[in-house]
Amino acid sequence: MEAESRPDPRIEEPLLRPILVTTWRFPAVVLALLAVIGVGLFFWSRQLRVGLWMAGMTQPTYWGFYITNYIFFIGISHAGTLISAILRLTGAEWRRPITRVAEVITVVALMMGSINILFDIGRPQLIYMPLLHPQFLSPLVWDVVAINLYLTGSIVYLYLPLIPDLALLRDRSPRFRWLYKPLALGWNGSETQHARLEKAISIMAVAIIPIAVSVHTVVSWTLAMTLVPMWHSPIFGPYFVVGAIFSGIAALIVAIGILRKVFHFEEFFTPLTFSNLSLLLITMSCLWAYFTFAEHLTAWYGHEHAEMAVLASRFSGDFAPYFWAMVTACFVIPMTILPFKKLRTVTGAVVASVAVLIGMWLERFVIVVGAASYPRSTQMWDRGTYHPQAVEIAILFAEIAAFVLAYVIFAKFFPLVSIWEVKETPEAP
Amino acid sequence: MTEWAMAIDLDRCTGCEACVVACRGENNVAVSGPDAVERGRVTEWLRVERYLEGTFPEVRMRFKPVLCVHCDNAPCVKVCPVSATYETGDGLNAQIHPRCIGTRACAHACPYTVRSFNWRQPRWDGTLEQTINPDVAVRWKGIMEKCTFCIQRIRRVEDTAREEDRDVSDLEMQPACAQSCPTQAITFGDRSDPESKVAALFRSPRAQLPLEELGTGPRVAYLTEGEWSGSGEPAGSSD
Repeated sequence: MEAESRPDPRIEEPLLRPILVTTWRFPAVVLALLAVIGVGLFFWSRQLRVGLWMAGMTQPTYWGFYITNYIFFIGISHAGTLISAILRLTGAEWRRPITRVAEVITVVALMMGSINILFDIGRPQLIYMPLLHPQFLSPLVWDVVAINLYLTGSIVYLYLPLIPDLALLRDRSPRFRWLYKPLALGWNGSETQHARLEKAISIMAVAIIPIAVSVHTVVSWTLAMTLVPMWHSPIFGPYFVVGAIFSGIAALIVAIGILRKVFHFEEFFTPLTFSNLSLLLITMSCLWAYFTFAEHLTAWYGHEHAEMAVLASRFSGDFAPYFWAMVTACFVIPMTILPFKKLRTVTGAVVASVAVLIGMWLERFVIVVGAASYPRSTQMWDRGTYHPQAVEIAILFAEIAAFVLAYVIFAKFFPLVSIWEVKETPEAP
Repeated sequence: MTEWAMAIDLDRCTGCEACVVACRGENNVAVSGPDAVERGRVTEWLRVERYLEGTFPEVRMRFKPVLCVHCDNAPCVKVCPVSATYETGDGLNAQIHPRCIGTRACAHACPYTVRSFNWRQPRWDGTLEQTINPDVAVRWKGIMEKCTFCIQRIRRVEDTAREEDRDVSDLEMQPACAQSCPTQAITFGDRSDPESKVAALFRSPRAQLPLEELGTGPRVAYLTEGEWSGSGEPAGSSD
């Protein structure tokens, strides 16, 4: 306890530097990202005028990139809260420097995911309608409830461990004290406050796990509750949750890989951190491969007409390039790099994680568009093939840019590594 | 309680598509245009599917008019987050256009793929505008639309019957598709009345319900001799 109140420049100095020191790089990066977002918004304004005609969706492929992005980003959001909560509860000490990075990913990714609904629906001006007139049998309404609950929980869970660091900034930062002071809630580091904070964090860590699991389950049910062949599957709930945690860990590895270089956090994000996360990534990769195998084997064995059409398109038809790229990126690449101690380096982990992120995006795409292309109504199979249009590609890049921008701005105001928690790390025996 | 239903005799269907044209005219379904056809974005409430049987020179073309089957247990109704699609209670599944926000969840939920989305603003160029039926609202971009069994005709007949204080007879009205069919392949009526023609056709051994195994409870039956159910390979070989 005592160590916490004592200033420790070895830890505080490098972690506060990104906030206190602003170089030319910050405005340059912000402007570049704003430019990409601007292009996306320009295309979106055209889509608003003309309608979804601007996008590539068809009958029967009524959903395309937007819903793919929606599922992908909400999957990424499991990086954070879930991983950080599990590691906190299991008392994994190596998680201390990475929990906040993960929690910020959660909040930002959830926002980026949800915003796709605005791009996808036919009348975005009425996006509030499910709140005014919810029809509770609809999985889309379950989505609204689950995502809002998760977003609220994640913001609280991000905020609570931030309080002691906010107090530090209140005392140390030359700027924005008006912001830090109210947010720090009068934190003075006393024994009582400390005990209360620890208790609140523990409660949130427990509560957030079922919420996180429910979110991606419900997202998968948006697809699985319909009768569409290869969507209508009870495996989808756990399959999507596993995929979400999988892509979430990959996103976390990529994020700390980048932050390590940009902010010189080598001391905090050690090779051991990457190695441990890589082991988690391997586990999830195996689980993901098992689910994918089980899903396709049962469908193939059943040999139902429409399901076989989906399988054929995945194995050797229109969707084969995406499907096999997905298998390579999600399983083959991580499994050739990460199980080997020699290759399980920082670079190795980041390379494998980038592959996993691309692979998991492809997985969402293959599931959403691939299955929707082959509905039960066989005459529809050749009717409308999905071809993504400029607006959808522009918005995908704009979302990635907005994700990074939100991260950059957060890093400008708040420490990306939990200073007080790192200070409290018990000495290694 | 009335239960509107339709029986389509596939052995009588010549594939002339008069029903398709009549449906467009009656319900203000705008012509989508060749660019929409090319990209698979046609707005239509009724389509005639074609199936090729046999191999040359022994070939035979089969036709199947496909429209909303107004399920008893409609998958589209359940998934709508804002209740824009609902069951009227007398056998129809209707769409409230002003309430629809265009999620297209219903379109995926529908195993018959008979819901149409307005990918852009529907247009009636030139004199076509004068063909708009004043009894039916025109729709706009960003919303779903679908076959209503010509609900405007049903409601008008019901109103007249109520004014005259008598029951509705299903002989009083027909949807546009049934009315325009030159071979009278389409029969529309009240299935809850065991005496009605449509109820008799539903009982016929020739009657088949589309994708009956899904348990959606279609209120459109297809009548045909033999085994062909109209759900095989499109323009493919024997089935």
